[in-house]
Order: sequence, then structure tokens, then C-alpha cells
Amino acid sequence: MAAMFIGIGWYASQSTTDSEAPASVLRAPPGSLDISAPVWPVAPGDAALKIDVDTPPEKQLARVFDEIEANRLGNALQLTESLLQKHPNYRLAHLIRGDLLLARTQPIPAFGAANEAPERVADLRAEAMARLLAYREKPPTDFIPRYLLQMRADQKHALIVDTRRSRLYVYENDNEGAGQPRFVTDYYISQGKLGAEKASEGDKKTPIGVYHVTASLPRQKLADLYGNGAFPLNYPNEWDKRNGRGGSGIWLHGTQSDTFSRPPLASDGCVVLTNPDLEAIAKTLQIGLTPVIISDSMEWIAPAEWNQERDALNQAVDAWRKDWESRDTDKYLTHYSRRFKTPEQDYARFASQKRQVNSGKTHIEVKISNLTLFRNPGKDDVVVATFDQDYRSNNLNNQMRKRQYWIREDGQWKIAYEGAA
Amino acid sequence: MSMIAKSLSQRPKPPFGALRAIAFGLSLCIMAPAFADNLPEVQRLIKQGQLPQALEKIDSYLSSRPKDAQGRFIKGLILTEMNKPNDAIAVFTKLTEDYPELPEPYNNLAVLYAQQKQYDRARTALEMAIRTHPSYTIAYENLGDIYAKLASQAYDKALQLDRENPAAQNKLALIRDLISTSGKGNVKPTVPGTAKPAAAPPVAAAATAPVAPGTAPAANKTSAPTTAPSTSPAIVATASVVTTTSGAAASTSSTPAKVANDDKPVQSTDAADIQKAIEDWAEAWSRKDMKAYFAAYASEFDPKGNQSRKSWEEERKQRIAGKSGKIRVSISDPKVTVDSNQATAKFRQSYRAPGLSSDSTKTLILVRKGERWLIKEEVAR
Repeated sequence: MAAMFIGIGWYASQSTTDSEAPASVLRAPPGSLDISAPVWPVAPGDAALKIDVDTPPEKQLARVFDEIEANRLGNALQLTESLLQKHPNYRLAHLIRGDLLLARTQPIPAFGAANEAPERVADLRAEAMARLLAYREKPPTDFIPRYLLQMRADQKHALIVDTRRSRLYVYENDNEGAGQPRFVTDYYISQGKLGAEKASEGDKKTPIGVYHVTASLPRQKLADLYGNGAFPLNYPNEWDKRNGRGGSGIWLHGTQSDTFSRPPLASDGCVVLTNPDLEAIAKTLQIGLTPVIISDSMEWIAPAEWNQERDALNQAVDAWRKDWESRDTDKYLTHYSRRFKTPEQDYARFASQKRQVNSGKTHIEVKISNLTLFRNPGKDDVVVATFDQDYRSNNLNNQMRKRQYWIREDGQWKIAYEGAA
Repeated sequence: MSMIAKSLSQRPKPPFGALRAIAFGLSLCIMAPAFADNLPEVQRLIKQGQLPQALEKIDSYLSSRPKDAQGRFIKGLILTEMNKPNDAIAVFTKLTEDYPELPEPYNNLAVLYAQQKQYDRARTALEMAIRTHPSYTIAYENLGDIYAKLASQAYDKALQLDRENPAAQNKLALIRDLISTSGKGNVKPTVPGTAKPAAAPPVAAAATAPVAPGTAPAANKTSAPTTAPSTSPAIVATASVVTTTSGAAASTSSTPAKVANDDKPVQSTDAADIQKAIEDWAEAWSRKDMKAYFAAYASEFDPKGNQSRKSWEEERKQRIAGKSGKIRVSISDPKVTVDSNQATAKFRQSYRAPGLSSDSTKTLILVRKGERWLIKEEVAR
């Protein structure tokens, strides 16, 4: 990733063998400083240098950097100024504009040649990196995010936040076809100041996991910091609590009015979008329904592999359901991990309670519908299954929405948590 | 038709950036001679600080020839001096519309805009000046300062720095040379090419002093593609210049040709000494040796403009020692005339530095101080 970014823009002069650090020296292209030979590269009004209203910032930035790379600094400046007309509070664009102007009077030692506030310069550089990288490296369209194993028919979209790339990907559910989610678009996001993998309150990190938004808070009810809207996430979810993770108040939200875009690491753990982007995703969000999955190790897999995982999980869930109906409690309990745990009970208590309940049954029928299967991001194999359960037995009928966390033990998917969703 | 090098007011300098110069000098060579006699009077009034009277005079002058570029230019200067920037802007703006080929009104507009911190407008005006006259050094220098200012503003916005009073006293120097001219060229407002020659030579930076009010067609060294061959033969009397200025850059001067023509170069040891003095001066400049550089100037050297020697030295330090990158100043074709204890040296000056290269003609007036020849006046144009 880093290696490919180095080829961008001002970094171009550096060798690409150093794959990590961005080049520290950027050179204004030769000749760019010779103002005794003024360059009027573009007639004002050149349509090619107008920024289209719908052009995403990444594309505009990429064009600016392309022009810089080609030593057409006049064009680059014009594009940057056009970008600023559209987004007057776009600090990164101001930084680039500062460089382009300064390059007319002196050599520029580095991208972001401002002398002051080095942390803020570093933040803006990081934003430039994140945005440009995302522009050059789109998610593979013929691959599927590993997390989106199965969506239910009424889930129109899924959002996946990639904290490592500072992106939010929007996937569309495909009810007609083979159920493979389709990539729609993606947006730049900011995350917690100290990165991802939230563990405790106040750690300024963004959680990793499978979530959904629980409400939509309109602008009028929000402090300016949250911009044009906010969507609280159900952090900490059942799995977070089971793992002892603390904190709360993790939201998707917009950006304060005096700022177009925040640095990649900026929030106290929230996922922050620009206001236009927030408004765009607001249209795709279904409260309580749209999955919002946050990952720091985004994985895409080929359709064949995706099918395989999806089938395996479907089979595991169905086998669990059938074994429950069979009233063979031993067999039923083989679907539960010894590490099974809920706030109320551990495996032993759960097992004894099930044995006791099942002993009174002469008939059990379990139907499940609206099953969703989302893989939990992270090293461990964890899959979140959520479904509507219709349980009928000789002495009890019950309908509920249930959520289970399945883990893989010795090649077998087993339930480590279950409860009402 | 003399030129008055008028240093404008002694008022506090405008708080703007190193923009060098309101071109207080339209190098217009397009005056109707019959009326030109009124202008020296106006300039005298300006010099005496009698601005309302000067304004009255210039208004009456203009009442009979409302199109007159020189008169309007002077009016813009008077308004500037009277601290009526908006009125001055209106005058200069109108001038740029009627005489788009003249760089000075653009330059002065830029300075006024910069005073008001409207750097984007200042930039546009300067870019127009340069488009009009690609060799207009002062506009480059001013533009360089504006770019730096804009860059700094952009950085402030990028980094959310609030500053009340950034580097408060940058001074955009004003070029305040008024050029009175006479000639028979008619003023033809929109015909490019009529107003030409003196405009092209960049004015400069280093404090410039008035040249002997000579008269001579300004050398037509245009490098400006936009300028047609001068159609106004009768340009005379370019006047001199003045400024408060600074700037590392060199300057060209449209030194009165008369000097060059009439006075024979002197071959003498004096001439050799003088040439050596100039070369030492250029060398000190090149190696940013401020001590040696200042030592090349006589104690009576007057930076002109409203600048004190001290502030001139500060400015030079900032522009020379404070400049990043190499400076190379070299001189060629020196022509020296000596008149007992005073000498005039005219030469081509080549200035190379990051961000600015210029080749220009410069005239130094030197005085004999014991064994040495020291600079008393420095004239670019």
C-alpha cells in the first residue's frame, strides 16, 4: 500500500524501494520557480479545470496531484482554488494551495511547507495520503467483503468502515441475484485519535465489530461538533460486553460547520464523515437494520470462498435448529462452545437448564427467518447470526429476535453467546 | 518636464507585505505637451504635503482632459496619499480599463488591495500587470510577496491558526515615481502600444534615487510581446523614480539617454577604481555580506521614499541576508563618467536568485570619500 502511494504527486521523485515512509523531501518540479518566465498555462475558463459539483474530493485531489506531477503548477493551483470554492473550509486544500503559492517564491522542502503547527500539518498529510490512496486503490469489484456473508431481504445496504484506509464502503444488497453484495461507493472517514480497537471508556479509539445504528439524531438536536446529523451505534454490543470492552457513545456523525474534513485520526472514537457524505449515507441507513461493520483489517474474498463460508454457516445454524427440534439435548449442546457465556450463565448452567427444560418437551418446532450472517472483523473466527425465531412446543410458544455469536473451534462452528437481539 | 521623485508622505507605512511599490510613476509617455506644465506644479504640491491643493489642481487639470492618463494616475497617487484607498482604487481601476496596456495602474491597485488585505485581488492585478508587461520586475517582486502572503494565509486556514496581527509591518513599498512626460503622442486610451517603453523596464527594488531629470527617449527595451512598436516618438523626459523600496531585485532604469550619449566614458584610474567599487558591491551582495554591502554606500546615501536609512538597511538585510538560496549579482557593460568628486556609473545588472531572475540597467551615483568611491544614489529605471 505504502509503496504504491509513494508514486503519487510530489513524492514521485523518491525511489519506490522504500515502502514505508513517505518521502520527506518534495521538490517543486524543476522550472516551476522561474517566475521570470511566467507561465500562463491555462486560459481562464478552461472547462477541463472546472470542478464538477459531483466530483468527489479524492478525484479532485488526485487531479491536483497529477498536475503537480506533470509540473503544471498553474493548473494545479487553479484546480485547488476551484476545489476551495466548492469547499471553503477544506483545510487540506488550503494547505496544498499554500504550497503551490509558496512554490512560486521559493523551493518547497516538503508537502505542507508551513512552518507552524507541525502536528496539524502531519494530520493533513495523513488525510492527503488516505484520500489519494483510496482513490488509486478502489476495493476489488469482483471480490466481496468477507464480513457480509448473508443479508436479509429488507436490508438495502451494508456499511463497512475500514479504519486502516480511513474509508467507509457502501455495499448494496442483491436480492435478485446470488446474494452477493455489490460495491456502490466509498467515503473518507475520520476515526478515533488513537486509532481502532476500542477497549475502554476514554481510550479515544474506534471499536471493531458488527454494529447497527440505533437512532437518527437530527442536526437541530446536536451540538455543532456533530455537523449535519448523527447516528449512534450499538456499541458496546453483546460481544464487546462479553469481552469486557467499555465506553459508549460511539456514533457516525458529520463535521462541525467551520471544517470540511477532519484528519484521519481526529475523534474520540466516533466515525466522522464530511457533511455531504453523511447526508449521502443517511439516505441508505435503515435504523436498527443496516449493518455497520467496522474493521481494521479489511478482507475481501472471492465469490467461491464467500459461498463456501456462507454455506458452512447456514448449515451450522440449520443443524443447530434441527438438533433443537430433535429434543436430543446432548446433540443440541454439541453446538455450544464450552466457552459459552452470557451475562446470566456460563456453559454449565446453560446446559443444565436446557436439559431440564427439554425433559418436559414432547414436541419442539423451531423456525428461523430473516437470518443474517456477518463475520466479526478480527483475527478470531467469529460470526454474528441474527434471526427471527419462532419456537413452538407442547407447552410454550415464543417468537423473538435472537442473536448468536458463533466461534470456530477445531474446525467446527459453535455458539459462544446467544440472547435476544 | 522634469520628473519629480517624490517620496510620498511621511505617514506610517502601509502595513503590507513586502510588496514593493505602488508605482508612483506612470511611465506614461503619452502626455499632451501643452498641458504638461501643470503637472510639475501638482507634484510640487504633493511634495509639500499640500494634498488637498494638489487634488484640486489635478481635478482642474483633468476637467479639460478627463481621459488623460498621467493626470489620472497622479490623482490616484494623491488619493492614496490622502488615505482614501477606495477612491484611489476607483481611479486606478478605471485607468486599467481605459489603458489595459499600462502595468503601473495594476501594480498600484495591487498595492492598495494588499493594504486592505485583499490579497487575491492584489494577485490578480499583479498578474495582469505582468501579462501586460512580462518584464515588469517590480510586479514580479510584488507578486512574489503576495504569493507568500497568500500562502501564509492558506496555511493559516489549513492549520486553523488565528492570528490577529501577522507580521504586521510588512511593507509593500510604493513605487512613487511620477513621470511627467511630454510628447506629442496623443493619448489614445485603448490603443495598446502607445504607452510603452518606460513601462516595460521593471522598476526596482533597491532604493532608487531620482536621476538627473534628464530627457531622453526611454530606451525601448521591451521584452514585452504585448507591446507594439512604440508609436509615440516624442516621449521625453522620463522622470525618475523613487521609492521606498526594497527588494533584492535589480532594476532596470531607463536612464536618460542623454547622459550616456553626451558624456564620454572616462578612462582613468578613477574609472577603474569606480568599476572596482561596483564590482565589490555586487560581490558583497552576492555573498550576502551585509557589512561589506552597506559599506559600499556613502553616509549621505538617501534611500528615498519615506524610508530612513535604518529601515532601508533592515529591509535590505531581510531581502539579502534573509533570503534563502543563492543570490548572484553580476554587472556588465559599465559606463562610467567622472566629474571631479562625483561619478555616474551605468551598467547592466544581472540578478539571479531563487524565484527571481532579472537583467536590468542600473545607474549608481558615487562620491569620492578619500580613497574610496561610495554609492550616494542608486537608480533603477
